[in-house]
Amino acid sequence: MDDAVAPRFHIGDRVIVREAYPLGHVRTPYYIRGKRGVIERLCGVFSNPEELAYARPGTPAQPLYRVRFLQHDVWPDYAGPPADVVEVEIYQHWLEPEERAP
Amino acid sequence: MSHEHEHGEEHPHVHRYPPRPDQDDTLTYYRAMEAAVRELLIDKGIVTAEDIRRQVEAMDGRDAGRGALMVARAWVDQAYRKRMLADGSAAAEEIGLDVGPLKLVVVENTPSVHNVIVCTLCSCYPRMLLGLPPDWYKSRSYRSRVVREPRAVLAEFGTVIPDDVQIRVHDSTADMRYLVAPMRPEGTESWSEAELARLVTRDSMIGVALADRAAR
Repeated sequence: MDDAVAPRFHIGDRVIVREAYPLGHVRTPYYIRGKRGVIERLCGVFSNPEELAYARPGTPAQPLYRVRFLQHDVWPDYAGPPADVVEVEIYQHWLEPEERAP
Repeated sequence: MSHEHEHGEEHPHVHRYPPRPDQDDTLTYYRAMEAAVRELLIDKGIVTAEDIRRQVEAMDGRDAGRGALMVARAWVDQAYRKRMLADGSAAAEEIGLDVGPLKLVVVENTPSVHNVIVCTLCSCYPRMLLGLPPDWYKSRSYRSRVVREPRAVLAEFGTVIPDDVQIRVHDSTADMRYLVAPMRPEGTESWSEAELARLVTRDSMIGVALADRAAR
């Protein structure tokens, strides 16, 4: 796409989902906001659905990632084994690099 | 029930249940909008009523047999399996399945990983390969619970996943659609691709069941 944001994350990067609650059409589920995960893959670059939903062009297009989260990080009382994960597609503008421990 | 016979056996059994309301008579906001847009498109000559009917018929006519063809091919052809896992859309097209603009991601079950798909935001589903989704897939209960307690939900489907197998829940929140490639059942080494395809059920490709020799 001509008008697209460049990808800033790579496979394996640790990220944190923005904890924001804007009004309107948003594809980042509530349950994953503020959670920490790892980039599993770059899915491609797509028109921004938050703009498309209101008949706007959706540019600049946003990189879309699949982000892998440990279930125990998402649900503190998760009942299953520690290796279980949930993977969610998240647009780049919802992701920040996880801050390194000092 | 005894009360039906209180007036004697000669009395004809007339069961007068209260009339049930029709399910299709409520013109909701979105039904009105759909009808208005459809009629405008027809009036302006962009599509015909026949086009719409054909498309609905085609959508209703698709079933999980399409996805099963892909999985069975991957079971018998390692090179195809690799291409399918690398690019699901291209692998579907390779065997003549039109997936349109769909971005298909195939996730493979192994002895150490079990995958299950959901769309927590709405009901995204690989319709081009599985047909229309089952009602439960669209239910708030499945959508909210399978991300939070997948093992309990799978157990309610009769699918108990051992604790040493990782569960990966795939929430299709955006532009990808997911298809689970179940594991090939043991004891099917001599089976033909067509026989194998019959084992690959809809539910096994959503991930709430396993492919099972009993499915044949």
